[in-house]
Amino acid sequence: MKNGEKPHISSYTSHAIVLIALLALTFITVFVSEINFGAFSVGVALIVASVKAVTVLTYFMHLKFENRFTVWMVSGVFIVFALVIVITFIDYLLR
Amino acid sequence: MTNTSPGHTHQIDSETGKMGMWLFLFTELFLFGGLFLAYAVLRNTHSEGFHKAAAELDIFIGTINTVVLLMSSMTVAMSITALQKDNKRLAIRLLLATIFLAGVFMVNKYFEWSHKFEHHLWPGSEVYLNLERSEITFYGLYYMMTGLHALHVIIGAILLVVTIFRIKAGVQHSGHYVLLENSALYWHLVDLIWIFLFPLLYLIT
Repeated sequence: MKNGEKPHISSYTSHAIVLIALLALTFITVFVSEINFGAFSVGVALIVASVKAVTVLTYFMHLKFENRFTVWMVSGVFIVFALVIVITFIDYLLR
Repeated sequence: MTNTSPGHTHQIDSETGKMGMWLFLFTELFLFGGLFLAYAVLRNTHSEGFHKAAAELDIFIGTINTVVLLMSSMTVAMSITALQKDNKRLAIRLLLATIFLAGVFMVNKYFEWSHKFEHHLWPGSEVYLNLERSEITFYGLYYMMTGLHALHVIIGAILLVVTIFRIKAGVQHSGHYVLLENSALYWHLVDLIWIFLFPLLYLIT
């Protein structure tokens, strides 16, 4: 957002739609966990959780309408976080 | 440096305030991140006990609490919209709804934990110490992660109460609402963490 520009106002409807999407994803994970996919179930659960997290960040936390710097900062930190996990696992698996 | 328009100064003020809040949220992310990392590694080394112990958790309560937190995330986001549109009353009502949902979450958590306590399953109890080592590890993480999360729910709710008073006092209004935005960001973070806690603790059995 540039200075002097009016801040973006999200509509009530858009928030409601985001909630419905999040609830749908929640029920999908619960449903999927009932059927046993074995090793895949962890992956599926984490992928759905990540999709939900990105949705919350983008719409509820308003990142879609935030200035570029904030968006890059947040994505950067999440990438660092993912790297920490990946590197720990590489270290752990190669021991 | 001179700022000719007052709107210009204000803009910088709230942008910086929000950035500071994001920086704080990053530290929170890594606070929980450490626990998630511990969970990930220990789950690999103690997978059997983790499966057994996780199966004991109540998926129903977990799902209800997920729904409650997601709804509260929406009400707090809507409250910003309401204040931006200069609808103070609706903004306060939506914040009250959010606090109410936080209360529902905590009551559920209370029932969940007291159910465990009825079975003498709390850290350090005799039953607890007689469990398999891997199950103790799971419950240790379970109590630590959900407990720390519940603490954040309480802090978030207090922050929202403060925000309501600031809106009532007219300090936060349609032209200046950085406190509301930051409290909302904090609340969304609480939701964000639960989004990962729920499948990891309750669903993956």
